[in-house]
Amino acid sequence: MLRQYTHTGVLARFILKKDRVKILIWLISLTVFTVLIGAMLPTLYSSAVERQIMAETMKNPAVTFMLGPGYGLDNYTDGAMMAHFMLAFTAIAVGIMSILLTTKNTREDEEEGRIEMIRSLPVGFLSPLAATFLIAVFTNIVLALAVGFGLYALGLESMDLAGSLLYGAAIGAIGICFAAITGLLAQLTTNARSTIGYSFAFLIIAYLIRGVGDIDNEILSLISPLGLILRTEVYVNNYWWPVFITVGISIVLFALALYLNSIRDLEAGFIPTRPGRKHASKLLLSPLGLALRLQKTVLIAWLVGMFVLGVSYGSILGDLEGFLDSSEMIRQMIPVAEGFTLTERFMVMLVIILSIIGTVPTLMYILKLWAEEKRGRTEQVFAGSVSRNRMIGSYTLIAIIAAPLIQLVSIMGFWSAASFVMEDKLPLYTLLKAGFVYLPAIWVMVGLAVLLIGFIPKLTGLTWLYLGYTFFVAYLGDMLQLPGWMSQLTPFGHIPQVPIEEINYIQIIILILIAAVLTVAGFIGYNRRDLIQGV
Amino acid sequence: MSIVKITNLTKNFGNFTALDGVNLEVNQGEIYGFIGPNGAGKTTTIRIMLGILKATGGEAKIFGKDAWKDAVEIHKRIAYVPGEVKLWPNLTGGEVIDLFVKLRASHKQNRREELIERFNLDPSKKCGTYSKGNRQKVALIAAFAADADLYVLDEPTSGLDPLMEKVFQECILEAKAEGKSVLLSSHILSEVEKLCDKVSIIRQGKIIESGSLEELRHLTRTSITIQTKEPIKNLNELKGIHDLEEKDDTIYFQVDTEELAHVMRYVSQFGVIKLESAPPTLEALFLRHYQREGEEV
Ligand SMILES: Nc1ncnc2c1ncn2[C@@H]1O[C@H](COP(=O)(O)OP(=O)(O)OP(=O)(O)O)[C@@H](O)[C@H]1O
Ligand SMILES: [Mg+2]
Repeated sequence: MLRQYTHTGVLARFILKKDRVKILIWLISLTVFTVLIGAMLPTLYSSAVERQIMAETMKNPAVTFMLGPGYGLDNYTDGAMMAHFMLAFTAIAVGIMSILLTTKNTREDEEEGRIEMIRSLPVGFLSPLAATFLIAVFTNIVLALAVGFGLYALGLESMDLAGSLLYGAAIGAIGICFAAITGLLAQLTTNARSTIGYSFAFLIIAYLIRGVGDIDNEILSLISPLGLILRTEVYVNNYWWPVFITVGISIVLFALALYLNSIRDLEAGFIPTRPGRKHASKLLLSPLGLALRLQKTVLIAWLVGMFVLGVSYGSILGDLEGFLDSSEMIRQMIPVAEGFTLTERFMVMLVIILSIIGTVPTLMYILKLWAEEKRGRTEQVFAGSVSRNRMIGSYTLIAIIAAPLIQLVSIMGFWSAASFVMEDKLPLYTLLKAGFVYLPAIWVMVGLAVLLIGFIPKLTGLTWLYLGYTFFVAYLGDMLQLPGWMSQLTPFGHIPQVPIEEINYIQIIILILIAAVLTVAGFIGYNRRDLIQGV
Repeated sequence: MSIVKITNLTKNFGNFTALDGVNLEVNQGEIYGFIGPNGAGKTTTIRIMLGILKATGGEAKIFGKDAWKDAVEIHKRIAYVPGEVKLWPNLTGGEVIDLFVKLRASHKQNRREELIERFNLDPSKKCGTYSKGNRQKVALIAAFAADADLYVLDEPTSGLDPLMEKVFQECILEAKAEGKSVLLSSHILSEVEKLCDKVSIIRQGKIIESGSLEELRHLTRTSITIQTKEPIKNLNELKGIHDLEEKDDTIYFQVDTEELAHVMRYVSQFGVIKLESAPPTLEALFLRHYQREGEEV
């Protein structure tokens, strides 16, 4: 049986060599980020009284939904607060790292025919997958140790060595778990896009189940790896069992993935392909039709997904109402804008997060053009009589039109759930206005992507980084007391938070103009530059 | 000694039968041509031989070992080049060659540099910037740098320029001189004709013809152009005559190679003024076989 793993070590070292820059960037940024926040938080809430006030807000179901259940709230130490703020958030980031690295070395290499070359050599047929897993485990162990010792090095009393190492182990375990899940999904699907798509869907569902479970039903949370890992209660109770269970499950998933790999043909999956049409429908026969057709599944999946996300966000508003009524202290603590309820303040926050997440699919739709070009597929379309403008215009149009559709769907989900659970109903009109007012910001993001595609397509990844930053600032900006200019750096920071703030139409028009200028500039660039040869 | 022995091999993809009882045998020191129309099952056969696909039925033995179960052992002595070489865009050609050479247990000293020179490859460039032909060269160099006993080549020269094609042919002949065996799948018939000792033709998952080139030539037809003093009587009633055509005083026809002597004797009675014959080509044979399902050519 060991023959199936021949040369796994050589392949693992090869992966490490090939991906070293990527892995290092992930490791360094995750570690530095965690340690920085760990250093920063205690200075923000330096006195025990301040921390105790924070502890009180942590009981808020909306916060629980976002960050996980509070623990150690009676004596809220720096460590407890840090872990509570950051563990779920960091775990998601580590999950993304594992998904991307694992897909690259499994299904993507297979789809591109590289595994075929490797398999023709005296290499065990499970070696490529096993090597990928080895490197994923290795990377996450290094990450766990770096973060663990990094936090301990801050020298804070409440952040002792045992707790810090557990913190590291918790995110490392999540990383390993998502490598295993991605490795498994890579066996089931037949292309890298689906592998990434299903893995991210799993991540988001795990997050939502955890959110709902943390509020209503603890058992539900334990199903989700993200919910499970928060049960470590780092720096307070330091439970190790969630880490062991997560790693144990990962090992089972690894084994299952290896088994599936061993019984399937190369380049095959387990989801059978059906014969398709013999002739193209009329709709397909244009660049726009082709672009739509290529993204049909992703388009629909995200519409459904955003609706579900809206529903789950809306569903916590009921709990929030009850919580706010019961807590006198909170009411004194949070300054209430004239004439607006606390619920409305949280609603505003949830809408901005929905809008930022809703930007993900619009960026995907526009960046698909670059993905196609990279694979050498646009060339053949251009070989037909298609102008550059028509090509980039088709993808841009889809992204621009998708934005209001997605906002509509997520707000409808939000509203329908909210009106089901709340006593003071939110008017649909207000909510729609609150959602649609973010459109200019989303379009600026699309414009930025178009600009990059037009001039330096290799850097289109920057739009994701920028969106990630936007998410971070909107999500934790208030609690981390980040300075205002940090949110002003993103287009979302310039959007009035309806209904608390008045709509400033001049600001909106300026944002739309910026989006238009970026887009037009991108078109000009795209008309001038060379197309990249497919590899 | 038989290096490759495939018996009754079948492969189904779902309910589509890609291979339907394929038999094939490559002996030591042979260069074996494997040809057939697109989608006939060449790549599928080769991938089963490499243990990349699992056969539905039948047997594929290489060096007497099972292609699926003993893949690792077998691959130590095999070098493979696919028709479409995909590499890691951010690694250089040199790095990829080194990886492949390292994974294979045995390789010839200094062969790498010599081959890079001969194939005129710049090993310091990233694979992402290579042209198709240059990606192909990376795989070829990695293959020939190996001290393999069997070379499995699936349309290895697609994208090579004629000069490089020549280098490739030299490499193959050198390998043969050292007693190595080669299985070569190709659509370039002149290449097959020049290199191969034996050929198998596969169509729709079945081997429809195999044998040495001489034997196959026997199955082909010679084209004849002839002028005679007297008109040739009853020519079309002779055995083995095809595609008879007459233009002015000249007659064109094809004749089965087996019947050639007989036909020549017959036509000589009519006073030959001019006689041209075109030798049988593989191409004619292939065209006939490739199209057999439709019309007779
Ligand atoms: N994974 C698969 N699923 C379904 N059908 C397949 C699969 N792989 C190959 N086939 C089918 O099997 C048949 C044989 O394909 P194969 O690639 O072996 O042909 P080939 O002889 O190499 O053709 P070419 O000369 O074009 O390279 C084709 O009809 C092909 O469509
Ligand atoms: Mg083929």
